[in-house]
Amino acid sequence: MIRLEGLTKRFGNNTVLASIDLQIEAGERIVVIGPSGTGKSTLLRCINFLDRPDAGIISIGDLTVDAARATRKDILALRRRTAFVFQNYSLFANKTARENITEALVTVHGQSRAQAEARADTILGETGLSDKAGSYPAALSGGQQQRVGIGRAMALDADLMLFDEPTSALDPEWVGEVLDLMRRVAESRQTMLIVTHEMQFAREIAHRVIFMEGGRIVEQGRPEAIFDDPQDQRTRDFLRRVT
Amino acid sequence: MRALDLEYMLGLVPVILGYVPLTLAMASVSMVLALIIASLLAVERVVRVPVLDRLVVLFISFFRGTPLLVQLFLFYYGLPQVFSVLTQINGVTAAIMGLTLHFSAYMAESIRAAIVGVDRSQWEASQAVGMTQIQMMRRIILPQAARVAAPTLVNYFIDMIKGTSLAFTLGVTEMMGATQKEAAGSFLYFEAFVVVAILYWIIVEALSFVQRLLEERLNKAYAR
Ligand SMILES: Nc1ncnc2c1ncn2[C@@H]1O[C@H](COP(=O)(O)OP(=O)(O)OP(=O)(O)O)[C@@H](O)[C@H]1O
Ligand SMILES: [Mg+2]
Repeated sequence: MIRLEGLTKRFGNNTVLASIDLQIEAGERIVVIGPSGTGKSTLLRCINFLDRPDAGIISIGDLTVDAARATRKDILALRRRTAFVFQNYSLFANKTARENITEALVTVHGQSRAQAEARADTILGETGLSDKAGSYPAALSGGQQQRVGIGRAMALDADLMLFDEPTSALDPEWVGEVLDLMRRVAESRQTMLIVTHEMQFAREIAHRVIFMEGGRIVEQGRPEAIFDDPQDQRTRDFLRRVT
Repeated sequence: MRALDLEYMLGLVPVILGYVPLTLAMASVSMVLALIIASLLAVERVVRVPVLDRLVVLFISFFRGTPLLVQLFLFYYGLPQVFSVLTQINGVTAAIMGLTLHFSAYMAESIRAAIVGVDRSQWEASQAVGMTQIQMMRRIILPQAARVAAPTLVNYFIDMIKGTSLAFTLGVTEMMGATQKEAAGSFLYFEAFVVVAILYWIIVEALSFVQRLLEERLNKAYAR
């Protein structure tokens, strides 16, 4: 189980996360929606300390980290239990598709090269990229790059996969293939926390939808409840604007 | 004006060529050492370890701010007077020390700039998969910075090869030292120095060719 308690983040005197509390069950898929600039990315980035939270508790399985006094070791431990899929893919530019997947397995998790490569080849097969194993990111389409990005995250067998608008940077023609891959990740009962503007996809994949505004969780519930019968006026306004 | 003594010049070529290995060895050893030191200095400049950072800034400032020849004399003639263990130091060692430290200061600055220029996404992706700072630098950031810094670093290597000629002032018989001796014997200074100039020039041109191959190789990952 994953628990966030009082997670708070300020940039200067701009409070971007105002004491977020959230519990995520193993295997649960949560989609976070909300207007631009409300702290959705920051929430994800605070969980693995890409942004350092100012206060709060982050707990993943038996690991509990108090943000205010997190050590370098705590931060590495959190990062090794999470996987992150970036909006702009962020593939290692100096590594091939296959090496992007093996890199952390060997360097961080101490797997043998052979073991890591076997895993990478399986994942490249699952993501439909076997023929691109030796290609560098610059030679891949956006959709292919993001599939490698998801593959790199899948390989980590993380307790929690974080997706920050994985399709927002894509040309419309590549969105479908990336969402398809995410559906397949979901089938493996992977715990997922997803920020997306793809409302149809959210409705279909989420166990729970969270609506955020102004650094707070305004409303959350089953996708039908949030999309078909939102309780809060702010949720209604937002959904009216985006659908 | 007198005619050039071409026969003398041709005869001189193999003599000076015999000293090319020493010149290249001094430059190569200095280059490898300077690259290592410069990378460490550059990483430190990026990470900024509290007290160490001051020392690194001072080091870079000194070795960039004083002439190479002054540094060489300081190592060869000066330091042994203060530190008696250094009395054994020979010209080649002093030259390598001087070239290494002098160029590591310059190279540190280009490597630092290249590191800072690596896209933020590369740092974040490395952190997100749980790499330590050292792993991130070694596996992701430095290789990408190397590509950016490579042309400049090869230029420093070229400077370094030419810089080895100063070793003759420390009594080292390398290409320049050998030429000087030959010329002093024959009094054909013009011929002798034209020959050595052309030989340096050929070495540098050969290196520029290698530089183009290297850049192609480093750019491989980024070609569309
Ligand atoms: N590094 C930073 N420095 C200062 N302010 C920041 C920084 N990162 C984010 N912010 C601010 O924090 C707020 C929340 O940003 P965040 O990126 O989390 O929003 P978001 O909900 O992901 O928006 P979007 O839907 O546009 O991606 C914004 O007001 C933003 O300007
Ligand atoms: Mg965002």
